[in-house]
Amino acid sequence: MSRGLSGQAAIAGIGATEFSKESGRSELQLSAEATLAALADAGLAPADVDGLVTFTMDNTSEIALARELGMGSLRFFSRINYGGGAACATVQQAAMAVATGVAEVVVCYRGFNERSGQRFGQVQSWAAAQVNTNGLDNAWTYPHGLSTPAATVAMQARRYMHEYGATSEDFGVVAVADRKHAATNPDAFFFGRPITLEDHQSSRMIADPLRLLDCCQESDGAVAIVVTTPERAADLAQVPVSIVAAAQGSAGDQFVMTSYYRDDIGVPEMGVVGRELWRQSGLTHSDIATAVLYDHFTPYVLMQLEELGFCGRGEAPGFIANGAIELGGRLPLNTHGGQLGEAYIHGMNGIAEGVRQVRGTSVNQVDEAHHVLVTAGTGVPTSGLILSK
Amino acid sequence: MSASVDSPSSVEPVETRSHDWIMAEAERLKAQGETEPRLARDAVSQPIINAWLEAMEETDPRFADGVAPPAMAQVWTMPGLRGSRGASDPLSGAMAMLDAAGYTSVLGTNCDQVYERYLRVGEQVSVTTRLDSVVGPKQTGVGEGYFVTTRNVWRVGDEEVASMLFRVLKFKPRARVSTGATDGGGPDRSQIIRPVVNRDTEFFWEGTRHGELRLQRCNACGELRHPPGPVCPVCHAMDRGHVVASGRGRIFSFLVHHAPKMPGRELPVTIALVDLEEGVRFVADVRGNPEDLAVGDPVVVGWDKVDDELTLPIWEVAR
Repeated sequence: MSRGLSGQAAIAGIGATEFSKESGRSELQLSAEATLAALADAGLAPADVDGLVTFTMDNTSEIALARELGMGSLRFFSRINYGGGAACATVQQAAMAVATGVAEVVVCYRGFNERSGQRFGQVQSWAAAQVNTNGLDNAWTYPHGLSTPAATVAMQARRYMHEYGATSEDFGVVAVADRKHAATNPDAFFFGRPITLEDHQSSRMIADPLRLLDCCQESDGAVAIVVTTPERAADLAQVPVSIVAAAQGSAGDQFVMTSYYRDDIGVPEMGVVGRELWRQSGLTHSDIATAVLYDHFTPYVLMQLEELGFCGRGEAPGFIANGAIELGGRLPLNTHGGQLGEAYIHGMNGIAEGVRQVRGTSVNQVDEAHHVLVTAGTGVPTSGLILSK
Repeated sequence: MSASVDSPSSVEPVETRSHDWIMAEAERLKAQGETEPRLARDAVSQPIINAWLEAMEETDPRFADGVAPPAMAQVWTMPGLRGSRGASDPLSGAMAMLDAAGYTSVLGTNCDQVYERYLRVGEQVSVTTRLDSVVGPKQTGVGEGYFVTTRNVWRVGDEEVASMLFRVLKFKPRARVSTGATDGGGPDRSQIIRPVVNRDTEFFWEGTRHGELRLQRCNACGELRHPPGPVCPVCHAMDRGHVVASGRGRIFSFLVHHAPKMPGRELPVTIALVDLEEGVRFVADVRGNPEDLAVGDPVVVGWDKVDDELTLPIWEVAR
């Protein structure tokens, strides 16, 4: 067996609930529905599953989901920390488990009522009251009024604008592309509802310089991903999607959303992920036909393009101009509509779209999408994947 | 309109004077110009100088020998315990005017003095006062208020010997109610999110209660650090102390929070990440939501006392 992870595991199935603002079901039920859908997509049954991975933040325990679906015994269960930064790392965990023989069929899941239940966009007083190092870290922001994800990103966005001359319109380009792609995706919450740059510019300020249309949705829903060995995947219902790179990253002096004490307050943790993705896969950015870049807030899409090497630092406003990130452009991004357009399922719906692009089944299919890059939550310790045929 | 009356059952004055009335009164007081010179009760004297030197722990030998310390300028014309600055005093007039309009509290006084020459024992000075400006209303961290600036000039005969610009913020205190919504007043500040504090960080919050912005300093290698922690990331020593920051810095970045609602705070809230001159960064909100704030603006730390336990640092723009 080779020492690397590249190509040692594959995605065999994807599944999701509908994406809404009020699911009307429990979070456990949502995750169970998505898991059943993903297993059915793969041609597997719950009894085939021997491993489960989710986010530290998820409210549904692995054993609760296993009980609900009658899975029996599990050989592997794991959780990843740091909010949406966990998304691609759940797949990395699953890949490492199947590559080492610790498990054979692992389901990664994430389900929540994030709009009808606890809304992440509101001030989360509990986050500042945690009696742990996260709570201590938040003592330097929350009591001073810096207490929402949008506000923490706005601090970085203003600095980015100051250093590189980026504008609110540049951020709006991301929102317009996402909503254009969502408009033709029947599963997207904003299906049939594109926006213009003028709509973006006239949307109200949330955390100046961020406007409402720079901020992703709050959503109810669940997504599940089935990971297994390439050999097992080859015998299943779908064309296997190979995990050719799977990486996590945190950088020096790292905080959750408030890494403000570094010289440069960008997102170097995504640079850590990017370098590892290129190293594992042997690919370069020119091999990537389309990408799903985590878009809870538009400025981070620009910063990620730079950290991943698609353009130089400060060059993203030029890189994304003139339709470059829309379908038909040089690097279509978030062809499902992203978290601004499709739904905010903490990045897991973006992995599903990456799988569809490699399979050739996206509603906004990119030609020759042999290699697709997917990233997880930005501003936090994060993760990424490269998926290939 | 009747004068405002504080009733024990209400948290706010029943009625407040309008901005137009305040500005008209201010213009009237300004138009009075400089007051008639008010002569000091006593001449400059060595016993008073000696008492001041002892209180200030000042030991310059010149002042023991008939020369008055310049910073005593204001001392010579103090009205005394039961004295008065006179009915026409424009500072008293402006204070009374703003009291009547509901701006009953005082904060943020500062004075700039200019000395033309030393005073000597035996000289008798006089003082004049005029109202320089009344500016407002300003939205500040403690409430809405007006800045009142007066100018004093001290003379011996006709010769100007010292002068002073004196500025004071007269503000309308925000209602402080422990439970429930305030009655049309400000937010319930008991709801402000409180910091989690442990043995690694309590020195910082003790500092804010004393008006000190404390920065952790490694006693082994001298590295300054914020936010603090138990181990020096540079040399791994666990022997730590702190320095008190000057409180001066420049804005590295900032944002203005408009939505969603925030417990205990009125929106919008401007929050800035500041490069302190000691070389570390610090986040706090900016008093008064200045409209033309920019990266690079100088700020100085101020203090927002939430209650006896918690005092938060707050940036004041220092342009």
